[in-house]
Amino acid sequence: MSYLIQAKDLCVNRHKKNILENVFVEVKKKDFITIIGPNGAGKSVLLECLMGSFQPDSGEIKKRENLSVGYIPQNFNPESSMPISVKRFLTLKRKSTPKELIDISKETNISEILEKNLSNLSGGELQKVLLARSLLNEPELLILDEPAQNLDIKNQLNFYNLLTRIYQKRELSILMVSHDLHMVMSSTRQVICLYHHVCCSGEPQTVAKDPEFISLFGNDMAKMMSVYQHTHNHSHQEDSQ
Amino acid sequence: MTEAFMIRAIIAGVGVAIIAGAIGCFVVWRKMAYFGDSLAHSALLGVALGLVMGISTNLGTIIICSIFAVTLIWLQQKKILATDTLLGILAHSALSVGMVTLSLLERSVDLHSYLFGDILAVTPTEIYYILFGGLIVLIFLYFNWSSFVLMTIDEKLAKAEGINIVLNQLQIMLLMTIVVAVSFKIVGLLLITSLLIIPAATARQLAHSPEIMAVVSSLLAVFSVIIGIYSSLHLDTPSGPSIVVVSTLIFIMMSIFSLLIKRH
Repeated sequence: MSYLIQAKDLCVNRHKKNILENVFVEVKKKDFITIIGPNGAGKSVLLECLMGSFQPDSGEIKKRENLSVGYIPQNFNPESSMPISVKRFLTLKRKSTPKELIDISKETNISEILEKNLSNLSGGELQKVLLARSLLNEPELLILDEPAQNLDIKNQLNFYNLLTRIYQKRELSILMVSHDLHMVMSSTRQVICLYHHVCCSGEPQTVAKDPEFISLFGNDMAKMMSVYQHTHNHSHQEDSQ
Repeated sequence: MTEAFMIRAIIAGVGVAIIAGAIGCFVVWRKMAYFGDSLAHSALLGVALGLVMGISTNLGTIIICSIFAVTLIWLQQKKILATDTLLGILAHSALSVGMVTLSLLERSVDLHSYLFGDILAVTPTEIYYILFGGLIVLIFLYFNWSSFVLMTIDEKLAKAEGINIVLNQLQIMLLMTIVVAVSFKIVGLLLITSLLIIPAATARQLAHSPEIMAVVSSLLAVFSVIIGIYSSLHLDTPSGPSIVVVSTLIFIMMSIFSLLIKRH
């Protein structure tokens, strides 16, 4: 079996509308795949199907045995009336030794905020805490649903740098929904463009040239994607634009 | 003060306070105050059912409130109406049917004691209900604590980690049902929600972890109930409101106290 997880002919209908039609997605070891697509394209539903928290109407999902998956949800906003420290949150329903906790806190740069209250954290800190919590399970596959959605540019870059570092160091696989083209173009190996069905997939640049991608996102977007691809090493040029 | 009714009152009050304080934290965290209120309103139909069928009013309340909770979850899944609309419909129709049934009954019913609590009327059978119901609540809380807490922090995260959200939510609602059913004799149907949320809200200002908040909330509820019962007896005031007045005073003092601490 060459893949960690594979979804085949996945179909989801809701209110007589096709949310997903015959979707095929496969994640292999060390893959770094980003799913892009307009709002309401079925991206989150696809992730939920893969994690088994949503039952598709038809199609099959095959997983490697004992596959351990880490998940980072969209719009994480902890309830402020509950007093809970970062440390307690990390170990909630998790078996981890104090040493693992220290190591992973260092890896994700959250050692200083372990004693803080979860609801007092900034958006960037929260995303790092979620990442740390998912790593405590030693996942082979990380699934992230628009992880940097509510972050400012600086925190977005920080988060994606951290994610890339963890990806390289731990040799895990990543499947992510994201609209941040910087990230998609500069770090991702494979892009899947989803609009109820898989419109196109492949390397970022190939996708940017695909007619279906252009009709979905417009010519400007396609051009922008190729621009990012070409200039991502020259950040001063992007700044001056 | 060692009359039998007084000892019964204290045992019943403390038992109710312990579980109400702990479950109350979830009511505060999960914003279920309106649900608690609706559950308590519908409990009047349970009282009517108990009297008509000749079974205990506690049992009648448990039956009606459980039906209430299950119906609510079922209607919520349909996503046609907002939850507060559903609650309003269910609660007030149950309350009205309960009232109509009670007035049709041949014998006279002391409505006042159901609405505001009557600690002197606690019977030994009711104490068994409180102790047994309380034990069930504590056991469920103990074994499902981290699932409940994780689900309360974020449902998507909990769902992804294999926690059945609907089932856990139903469990919390049924635990609240038990609390309502065993405590209406002490604080009264109209005031149950305050026994659930005021001690928890006070504890929020003192606690730094969910577990400590639950324990502090229970202790505060116990304290309020004991002081409330004694003052109710001495001043000849209804027990429910007396308990709520005490717990509100503690809440106000604690709020001023923590404001002062934050300033310095």
